[in-house]
Amino acid sequence: MNPAMIPEGAHPLAATVARLVWLLPLLPLLGFLINGTLAMLGVAKIGPADPSANGGHGHGEVPGHADEHAHDDHGHPPRHKFAKIVSLVGPGVLVAAFALAVAIFAAMRGVEMEHPYLLTLFSWMPVGDLKLDATILLDPLSMTMVMVVTGVGMLIHVFSVGYMQDDPGYPRYFAYLNLFVFFMLLLVLGGSYPLLFVGWEGVGLCSYLLIGFWFSEKANADAGKKAFIMNRIGDFGFLVAMLLMFANFGTLDILGVAEQAAELPMGGVIATTIALFLFLGCTGKSAQIPLYTWLPDAMAGPTPVSALIHAATMVTAGVYLVARASGIFSMAPVAQLTVALVGAATAFFAATIGLKQWDIKKVLAYSTVSQLGYMFVAVGVGAYVAGIFHLVTHAFFKALLFLGSGSVIYVLHAAYHKTHNHDDAQDMRNMGGLRQYMPITFSLMWIATLAIAGIPLFSGFFSKDEILTSVFARISHSTLADASLLGMPGGTVLMIVYGLAVASALMTAIYMARMMLYTFHGPNRTGEGERPHLKEAPWVMTGPLVVLGALTAFGGWLNVPALLGAIGPVGGLEHFLEPVVGEAALRTTLGVAPHLPHSTELMLVGAAIFIAVAGIAFAVWRLKPAALVPRKDAPESTGIDRVLENKYFVDEGYAAAFVNPTVNASRTVLWKGFDAGIIDGLFVNGSALLARAFGWMGSQLQTGQVGTYAWVLLIGVITLLGAFTFR
Amino acid sequence: MIFDLANPSQLMQALGPDLLLIVGAIVLMLWAAWRPESDEHQRAVGRASLALVAATIAMTLWYSTRGMSSNVGVIAVDNFRWATDLICLLGAFGAIALGMEYNVRERILPAESHVLVLFATAGMMILAAARDLMIVFLGIELMSVAIYVLVGLNRRSPKAAEGSLKYFLLGAFATAFLLYGIALIYGSTGSTNLTEIGQRVVAGNFVAHPMMLAGTGLLLVGFGFKVAAAPFHMWAPDVYEGAPTPITAFMATAVKAAAFATFLRVWLEALPGMGDAWFTPIWWLAAVAMFVGNTVALSQRNLKRLLAYSSIAHSGYLLVAVATGTLGGSAAFLFYLVAYTLASYGAFAVVIAVGREGDANNDLSDYEGLWHVRPGLAIAMAVFMLSLMGFPIFGGIGFFGKWYLLMAAIEAPRPLTTLAVVLVLTSVVSAGYYLNVVRVMFMKARPDGAADPERTGSLTRGVVYATAVAILVLGLVPSRVIGWSRAGVPRAPQIQAASVDAPR
Repeated sequence: MNPAMIPEGAHPLAATVARLVWLLPLLPLLGFLINGTLAMLGVAKIGPADPSANGGHGHGEVPGHADEHAHDDHGHPPRHKFAKIVSLVGPGVLVAAFALAVAIFAAMRGVEMEHPYLLTLFSWMPVGDLKLDATILLDPLSMTMVMVVTGVGMLIHVFSVGYMQDDPGYPRYFAYLNLFVFFMLLLVLGGSYPLLFVGWEGVGLCSYLLIGFWFSEKANADAGKKAFIMNRIGDFGFLVAMLLMFANFGTLDILGVAEQAAELPMGGVIATTIALFLFLGCTGKSAQIPLYTWLPDAMAGPTPVSALIHAATMVTAGVYLVARASGIFSMAPVAQLTVALVGAATAFFAATIGLKQWDIKKVLAYSTVSQLGYMFVAVGVGAYVAGIFHLVTHAFFKALLFLGSGSVIYVLHAAYHKTHNHDDAQDMRNMGGLRQYMPITFSLMWIATLAIAGIPLFSGFFSKDEILTSVFARISHSTLADASLLGMPGGTVLMIVYGLAVASALMTAIYMARMMLYTFHGPNRTGEGERPHLKEAPWVMTGPLVVLGALTAFGGWLNVPALLGAIGPVGGLEHFLEPVVGEAALRTTLGVAPHLPHSTELMLVGAAIFIAVAGIAFAVWRLKPAALVPRKDAPESTGIDRVLENKYFVDEGYAAAFVNPTVNASRTVLWKGFDAGIIDGLFVNGSALLARAFGWMGSQLQTGQVGTYAWVLLIGVITLLGAFTFR
Repeated sequence: MIFDLANPSQLMQALGPDLLLIVGAIVLMLWAAWRPESDEHQRAVGRASLALVAATIAMTLWYSTRGMSSNVGVIAVDNFRWATDLICLLGAFGAIALGMEYNVRERILPAESHVLVLFATAGMMILAAARDLMIVFLGIELMSVAIYVLVGLNRRSPKAAEGSLKYFLLGAFATAFLLYGIALIYGSTGSTNLTEIGQRVVAGNFVAHPMMLAGTGLLLVGFGFKVAAAPFHMWAPDVYEGAPTPITAFMATAVKAAAFATFLRVWLEALPGMGDAWFTPIWWLAAVAMFVGNTVALSQRNLKRLLAYSSIAHSGYLLVAVATGTLGGSAAFLFYLVAYTLASYGAFAVVIAVGREGDANNDLSDYEGLWHVRPGLAIAMAVFMLSLMGFPIFGGIGFFGKWYLLMAAIEAPRPLTTLAVVLVLTSVVSAGYYLNVVRVMFMKARPDGAADPERTGSLTRGVVYATAVAILVLGLVPSRVIGWSRAGVPRAPQIQAASVDAPR
């Protein structure tokens, strides 16, 4: 690719390192090409004689511990012969990309960012009157996302070196991971909706490939398929939204659309429809009701993938999209209320499921769904900065939690492997008391837990509090309060949203404390034989955890609220993002910055702190890790526990309501039934008379179906002529 | 240069590429019959046929760059014709290249097989040029008769014989409708010339004329059959499955392209005045084809059948372009045809590469873990599947094909918003089976004891990788093909005005 660059010389960034922004996505793409080539070369060498070379990942989590049943030895299979190069290239391109991102960020801080920096790479596709270029849009919002994607991405890449290096598919893994980062950067840097959509689809594909990475288990491949299909339903919404934008605005540039949207009537049909279809896209990508069930299943993939794609970056793309399209959303209060309500409902619903999960990754998965709901609440009520702020802090603490759980699973799995035990390395009933064996992981994960629960001064406290305050502030005096959703006044809807959000905050504190108690406290339930093998994971894995721990602890300083102005600079992120989302945010609050009386604000913060502390205290008081028994001895649960453990049986419901009927209809009705059954039975076998009428076709042919086909053709002719004649 | 078609020598010149192909094919046929059947002879005739097709492509390209046109006559001299010719000729090239190796494996000896492809292609080129319903009929018959024989080429295969006979019988049935439709249209308007029909329909206000309506309807049936649009699709899966795979690829792409091109020309040049009458039927044909093709494909296990249903669905997509009735629609149509042809060709070439003697190994289970034994083929197949699905970047040009269709549908004077939504929705469904192929290849282990695919012949490999690379490269820089398809819309000067705002 040799971009014929047309630098928009007028922009102050054009003279800085920011003109190299096109290198950002290119670096991981390069990594993908190198690792992909190595993967192909490696595969060709293994060849057909040894298909089981990939068969070793049968046991859930940690790869590389080749099939215990097949060859009963402790030896690892030989590392991939290109493992060294891959370990260098895979994380290397991310380090380079992050360094570049930091340089661009520094340059951006040095100039006045009133207008976004547009860099046209090449003419992409001309459609009729519309000319679409491949354009990069660099503004504070995309910069923030780029920092998260490359920064957190870099740490997770490094962690993966430790976690995955014994896997036979090691180069393929990094190829996918690099490719994912490429598409993610394309998504956040795309200057037009179609380009954003390319990234949007691409990350979906990579997620699909990575969920199914250990494909020897059917469940994994199925989970991948489910993720892809649910995402396609969402993408349908995105596509329709784009068509509507084009039909109404005649442009698909992000800036052009925002400009045109501002001239629409407030709350008009066009803006509302476009916003709702866009949001349908978001529900797929960001796992919101009703399209959320794929995300917990996606935990079948390697844990670093869960951390990067299914917690920190890809699933937040929906939040980014709403913030990106804030120009449209802010013109459609009904759509905004829908977003907020769906987000709040998801947050609440997923949190209840999280209360009763035993699989440590499933707890985190439902927690992610729930936290994503929070972000949608924020962007839904027009508090875009709060939403992005929570996106950033969540990327820190959730990546830390996932990687920490990855360490735990890694260690447990290694222990079980050494003793030839086939217990579940992800079930918390098999953990307990790990605090003494993994002290670093233990303390780091507690930091993340306190952050997500909203304990003051940890990052999650600031962002969650800002969301709650924003919702409260818009209950009166905002376009949302004046609108109504399904006959319910907007103010009431927002109160429900607020209530649901507070309730989920309480549950978040409970289930996170529960997870920590069961994993790290109490007596150890792993097993006598395994206990000597429990120890901290290697430094290549623990190192990234420490960095994330620091970010989790101090990330809140990015955007300190005015109330706590004493501890640091107020509203850093707020000022940074102001040029992008400021106008849209003000539109929702009727032109004045939302302001709550000091006392109200103090009360809200106090309540939030109380809830967080109460949740943790409740968990410590009620849950007794000592009373737990290992999974194999645990009784079947009953009643509400069973419903929660089975996630309200939503998956089963979907299968019964949508999936099975479609497949069956296709199989029985359309193919066997219509093509072969009805027509065959009715016209051929059932009616000898009709068959004879076609006797001229030769008696042999009637056993074939040519007569049938002729009948269908004739029916088609009659219908068609009917359509022409009787109009 | 403007050809005067009333002057025989200029008419001959205007038919230059067609005549080159026909004369060459006749010579090759004599040569093919001259020697006893053998693999060597078959290959030799194949090579000569490839050379002839290449020469015809060169001549067509040369013609297309000279900016020729003609007065009103029985044949068209315009870029739409050259564009269609090129698609069909590329299809023929692929079919012959794949056939040379496939025929050896399946022990199909007759060297005439390649010549028959040439004859069928000659029929397509005549179709592409036809500006008179009689020429349309001539072209369709010339093309179809050759295809009937080609389907039954493998005399040892009962499936092939069955498919051939079925196609022949049903084709005869459908041709009867087509011919009857032509007769009725002639009866109403007193002409078979597309341009004249177009003028008389407008002048005589034939929209409510029963004979003209019936004629248009029957013509639609005839074309619907040739392009395998539901509900006239019933033959396609059986015939596609039974025919030798290179011929299946040829039918799914070149035959469909030629039939569709004629369809579009007749509709844009002769019948825009009937827009009110045909709009709703074509709308429904498109919707039904998209729905039936995509849903039934979900339960297919045999790759050839799966691709057959997929091709029915793609007929539905292309019918959306016909339904727009605009020049923008026909540009999108040509572009889509290029994308679809490349992807289908590649997919069938992979089917050949994975298949075994006796047309075996076409089941989805034979593709399990293909990545582990033939990573190149697996990646190429993934590109074809994603392209057919309309996926960006990895689907290359396929994404733009869908994109342009959607844009054309939205921008049409009578916006086809609902149809566009149906298109998007059914392509969501199509992910269910296209993606399944990708999943099977990449995410399943190779079954124990599954033999490796045989060594892929160099020609087959060439087709696979050339199409895959073309899809990806054109997907990055589609503007060249876009410009090409824009230039390629039917341009009869006196008609343009009428067809721009056709269906009001």
